[in-house]
Parts: sequence; structure tokens; C-alpha cells
Amino acid sequence: MTIDAISEALDYGLPLSSDDAGPKPTRSLRARREPLADTSAQLRRLAEVELIDANGARIEFERTLAGAGCGALLPAALEVFQINIGKLCNMTCRHCHVDAGPDRTDAMMTRETIDACLWALDKTDAHTVDITGGAAELHPHFRDLVEACVARGKHVIDRCNLTVLLLPRFHDLPAWLAERGVEVVCSLPHYRRLSTDRQRGDGTYEKSIEALRRLNAVGYGKGDPRRRLTLMTNPVGAFLAPAQASAEPEWKAALARDHGIAFDRLIALNNMPISRYLEWLDASGNLAAYMQRLVDAFNPAAVDGVMCRNTISISWDGFVYDCDFNQMLDLSCAGEGGPMHVRDFDPAAFARRRIVTRRHCFGCTAGAGSSCGGATA
Amino acid sequence: MSGYFDPQHLADFTKIGEGSKELADKFFSYYGAVFADGALTAREKSLIALAVAHAVQCPYCIDAYSNDALAKGADQEQMTEAVHVACAIRGGASLVHGLQMMGHVKKAGM
Ligand code: SF4
Repeated sequence: MTIDAISEALDYGLPLSSDDAGPKPTRSLRARREPLADTSAQLRRLAEVELIDANGARIEFERTLAGAGCGALLPAALEVFQINIGKLCNMTCRHCHVDAGPDRTDAMMTRETIDACLWALDKTDAHTVDITGGAAELHPHFRDLVEACVARGKHVIDRCNLTVLLLPRFHDLPAWLAERGVEVVCSLPHYRRLSTDRQRGDGTYEKSIEALRRLNAVGYGKGDPRRRLTLMTNPVGAFLAPAQASAEPEWKAALARDHGIAFDRLIALNNMPISRYLEWLDASGNLAAYMQRLVDAFNPAAVDGVMCRNTISISWDGFVYDCDFNQMLDLSCAGEGGPMHVRDFDPAAFARRRIVTRRHCFGCTAGAGSSCGGATA
Repeated sequence: MSGYFDPQHLADFTKIGEGSKELADKFFSYYGAVFADGALTAREKSLIALAVAHAVQCPYCIDAYSNDALAKGADQEQMTEAVHVACAIRGGASLVHGLQMMGHVKKAGM
């Protein structure tokens, strides 16, 4: 089936490949048949970067942890159950570490796998279900999954790219999410137009502001814990994320002043050198300097809060990972019998796993630290 | 080294302590305190530093504070406005001295 045939069948009101459905400054690595579409090529590229310490030794994440007296990363209590329900997206941002886009109809979670996720969720004490994509809302079973998690008393997070809310099919979605107390965590690279549009394509800013207005209109962003609106910023370039606590008041003041928009909290994430962001770093000649910047900013205080310790991350095809980033690099969870599938989920074995780390992990421990929940230190 | 300015000097800045560790330590501890969040945010201070770097025409500081302002969440438009502030002050400072010139002209002239 072609992309447009699928969009038509799912009836979004607009073909996802059109610019009206969402800005597209680039295309997915997969659509361009780029070598980096293969995750082993990404891992090779990261391993090739010359990262040498003052004594001339190769810098590796585990050695840096040990040198700082941190020891290996060990699993903590499982709190967050993260499900990536597919890579289909109405946008194709330059920095996407998922390589999502309108062509990614190859990576959509089946109903059977969704049910296996719910079965596995019931075997855990995770208090939060974090639903992500691509644009998770595009999945035909998105609303069923949300309902099932809400019915189980879980705090549900919808990771939203904002512009998707403007598709005709989703005009009722803000009110629908609000009724169910779903937290909306929205990507907005910057509170100003220039940087936002550079990363995500012309017109993104305007569409995002309109989407935020719609969320505010149904009660999001006004301090109600059942209508929590979180904005997520990530650097537009090869530098680290701003300090969250210091940036939040500035963002709140600027969005209120310029657009009358309110939100509850800002989280700031470092970009991970994976997928399309890795491609951009390499093509712009920033890769080595960025990796060095992450290593130089290594902060032992950020280690305890990295997401792999309290999260389980499930891919669209049902495999279990330590985190979203390992998922995107196909570094599946090192269970006792090899990769784990969610339909065979065993909480005790999961709690005993060894967390898989590579050089991209420096992205989580640089500066104030970075995880899906924001700064970690 | 092939010229007066070597980009590596920025990365090696702390080596200035080889000549006098005590004075360098005092400077760097003061420097760190100046740029911490205070009555002004660290981001505002970074933009001020960027503007001053242009006023004193220090390529090391322009490099350092271009990157630092971005990492503190500033965007290109804000950074360009900061540089215009430096430019306006530099230009205005030259121009206001023109009144000294006019004083001399008036005194010496007929
Ligand atoms: S990338 Fe994943 S495994 Fe590595 S430190 Fe971050 S959260 Fe942990």
C-alpha cells in the first residue's frame, strides 16, 4: 500500500505526505536509502569518532562511569512503561532520533502486540505509561491503548508533536485527552519561530502555537494536575540543552506575552547522536566536537536519574529495551536468554538484566543530564 | 603557532595557571561566580558577555559565548540583537566624544 493509500484508509482528513499535514524539511533515512538507516552503521560511526583522554586512552562510557566511581548502571524500581507504537509521523524533522516520517508505515505496532504490552504492564508496578512514536496519535489503536491504561489507573503521557493536532481527524483529540486526564508532553524546540522552524520545517511554529491554544482552551496548562501540559525543548544544533529551571520562567513569560499561552512545566533534553541527528552532526562536521562536548560535560550526579534505570521501553514490534535510545539503535535488552519479547515478559528476569551502554549514553549524563523526564541532576 | 590568535588557546585557557596558580584560581572562581544565575539569569549574562566580547573584539570570547548563549537557550535573533547593542554603544561612545571635539573646535576657532 502507498503512503497516501494508508493515510486515506486511516482517514486523517489530509494525506500525511502533504505539507499541509505537517512540515517536512527532510525525508526519512529509510526513504532516502541512506546507509545510516541501518543501525549497525550508526553504531560503527559512533565507535569511529576519535575520543581520547589526556593519557591517550580511548574514551568509553563504562570506563568513564568507573573512573568517576559510579560503577555499572543497575536497574532500579520500574516506574515508567514506555511504548513506541510506531514510526509513522506527519512531520520529518531534521533531528529525529526515531527516523520517523509519513513513509514509515512499515513500523506500526499490531493489535496483538498492543495486547501483549497491556498483559506485560499488568505484571509490573509501573505508575506511568508513556506512549510515543512517530506521532503516536496516528496509530489506529491509539485511543484504545490510552483507554486501557487509564482504566488501569495509570498516569498516561501522550508524547505529541503538536502539529498532528491540526489534522482534521484530531480536532476533538485535545478535549478527549483532557477528559481522561492524559498528560500531553509536547515538542517545541524553542519559544521563538526561527529556531523552531529551522529544526522542524517552515510553518511548524505557527501550527504548534495554534495547537497549544487548542490545548489551553480545553483546560491544559493551567495548573490542573489532570490537564498537565509539559513542553519539551531540545537544542537546535550541536550544543547541550539549556538549564531547565532557569529556562522555564523565561519560556512561560515569553509564550504568555507573545501568544497568551500557558503551560505547566518545561523539560530540556539533550539531542542523542542517533539516526537523523547523527546524520546532521556528521554532514555538518560537528560530530567529533559534539561527542567531545558530551564527554567533557560528563556529570556523575546525572547518572542515577538516567531513564534506563526506571523504565522499560517497548518497540513497535514488541521487543524490550532499556530505553528509547537503545531501542533506536537496536540494542535490545540483554536478558538471560538473549533479546526479550514483550509477550514473554518476566518482571524478575527484567529486574536482573544488565543495562546495555554505548557511547551515545554520554548524551544522558552531560551537563544537567537528560532523560525522557527531563534533566536528571 | 602561525599567528597572534590560536583557537586552541581557548581550550587551553586554564593553563594560564602554570604561571601563577593562586591568581588563576582566584580569577576562575570569581569568573564562575559572576556567570551563575543571580539577579540576572545565566542566559542574560551570557548575552551580555557576547555583546561585550564584540565590543572588546575578543575572538576567543566570541567563540565561547556564541556557543554558550545557544546552550543557554538563546536564539540567533536574540544574539544578533545583543551584538547590535554592542555596536550601538561603541558607535554612540565615539559619537558622544564628538562633543569634546566640538568643544575644542569652538575654543580654538573664531
Ligand atoms: S542511552 Fe539509554 S542506556 Fe544509555 S545511559 Fe541513556 S538511558 Fe541509559
